[in-house]
Amino acid sequence: MIFYILRRILYAIPIAFGVSVVCFSLVYIAPGDPLQTVMPPDATAETIEIVKHAYGFDKPIPIQYLIWLGHVLTGNFGMSISTRRPVILEVTDALANTSLLALFAVPLSFSIGYAMGAIAGCFPGRWLDRLVTGTAVVGVSLPNYWLGIVLVVFFAVQLALLPATGMGPSGSTNFHILEWSCAKYLVLPVFTLAMIPIGILARTTRAAVAEVRSQDFVQTLRAKGLSEWAVIRHVLKNSLPQVMAVMGLQFGYLLGGSILVETVFTWPGSGFLLSKAIINRDVPVLQGTILTLSLIFVATNLVVDLLQSLVDPRIRRA
Amino acid sequence: MSDIALDKPLDSFDQQVAPATLVRGYWQSVFYRLRHDPVTLFFAAIVMLIVLAAIFAPLVAPFDPYKESVISRLKPFGWKDYLLGSDELGRDMLSRLIYGGRVSLLMGIVPVLIASLVGGLLGVVGGFVGGRVNTVIMRAMDVFYAFPSVLLAVAVAGAMGGGMGNGMLALTLVFIPPMCRVAETATTQVRALDYIEAARATGAGTILVIRYHVLGNVLGPVFIYASSLVSVSILLASGLSFLGLGVRPPTADWGLMLSTLRQSIYVVPFVCALPGAAIFVTSISFNLVSDGLRAAMDVRM
Repeated sequence: MIFYILRRILYAIPIAFGVSVVCFSLVYIAPGDPLQTVMPPDATAETIEIVKHAYGFDKPIPIQYLIWLGHVLTGNFGMSISTRRPVILEVTDALANTSLLALFAVPLSFSIGYAMGAIAGCFPGRWLDRLVTGTAVVGVSLPNYWLGIVLVVFFAVQLALLPATGMGPSGSTNFHILEWSCAKYLVLPVFTLAMIPIGILARTTRAAVAEVRSQDFVQTLRAKGLSEWAVIRHVLKNSLPQVMAVMGLQFGYLLGGSILVETVFTWPGSGFLLSKAIINRDVPVLQGTILTLSLIFVATNLVVDLLQSLVDPRIRRA
Repeated sequence: MSDIALDKPLDSFDQQVAPATLVRGYWQSVFYRLRHDPVTLFFAAIVMLIVLAAIFAPLVAPFDPYKESVISRLKPFGWKDYLLGSDELGRDMLSRLIYGGRVSLLMGIVPVLIASLVGGLLGVVGGFVGGRVNTVIMRAMDVFYAFPSVLLAVAVAGAMGGGMGNGMLALTLVFIPPMCRVAETATTQVRALDYIEAARATGAGTILVIRYHVLGNVLGPVFIYASSLVSVSILLASGLSFLGLGVRPPTADWGLMLSTLRQSIYVVPFVCALPGAAIFVTSISFNLVSDGLRAAMDVRM
């Protein structure tokens, strides 16, 4: 087990390295000179040289990468072009707000999605299965930002029950989950965010459960005289590794892919930060946010792999 | 692959007389199953309708989608001749939705096509050659797998500054790794089979073996996976447009329309919800057609 954990961690290092290279190159695929935004439009060739030297842009690209990597490893992500604040502060603040959404969206979507998929998989072909499969397809094909807008139309505009956007009058600094005046701002974004993972998880779980049910050992369990409930317990346990892999992916989506939902609800999280960075062409913030979120995603996948090997010892030997 | 028609009940008289003689080819049975799948047929018809409407937009659309009018801004359904109302610049919604399908479908389908070609090729080469070449290809793909897909698309399109071409490039980049993995898995499975060895023993070269013995087994999974990606791609593409990373105004595009109409949800809520509904219907139709095709072609992934 120890060896498996070590091997898996060692394997994640080159991936993280590759992710950093991709994030680093984002600055260079941006059109125009990366210094365009800091340089005055009437800069002479001399000033350009000086600024280039000051930012280290006159060095060869691999050297630039190493310098950048050194800065990133010490927590220096550069300065935001639009707010003049350190990128690391912007990212950590936003990430805290996104985590608040994820804190509710993850348990909600995972439990509902898994339950739906498990029920459908255990009764394939029945009306319950059809209902679940149908709902799951809707969840997967729904543009969640549109769902957000529709929910706002119904619950905020027509019924005036819930607030449409934002994080409450006092902003993120005084946000108390336990008070309804604050917590009501969470309801619509959390529900909207949970919709896609529910659909994807229900589909995956259904497929995984149906596949395990068709294996020979299930027949053997029944032949041994186990009750149907005991058989289902075995089936669910065997389908778990596959489901966990998808859960890991969806966890990453809930942290990083929530960009559209956060934009619709102007929730000041990492996704909203990204969309602001795109509008302001704030490449340092774009780079910093994406690097942080992807590294969290890499770490999540690592944890999921280790958990999978705990559930299914066969994975360790592969 | 069931070649014998087990899936058809043996109730008609002539079949009861000689059931064993009825043997279908693979494609015949695929079409047979598709013909008896009303859900897939229904949604395939919707897909056809949307595609045809987009192609023949100038003939189908009742008005010019770019003609603005100050007096007819933000009107509800059925106002004058505007069947589905009008948008914030007084343009006919129905015409804009029909024209919008052009960009949205293009941005949904083209990246998947290119990604299947590039990713499929990389996967087949990697899976067939194996060894170090495969390791290099698949590890490079793993790096892109490390990004959540929406994030990667937004990052690339955002850094390159948006626009339709950049958006499509970003989506292609997102779809190449999973496509490559599907092709690689299928190729590796086939490569280990005895008949490849047999083909080699008869003197068939690498190209010949890939062409005749590998591709036939890889195309099925690649095609089915690509068809399921179209729905994802349409969602992602309209998401990019929604963020302002797709086409520029005044071009009609569902994601962009949804984004500009967002400010007007208090005036005409249902008209503003239309572009999203178009995205949803297109996406779910492609999704269900893909599911139906997968079941009919009996592809396991």
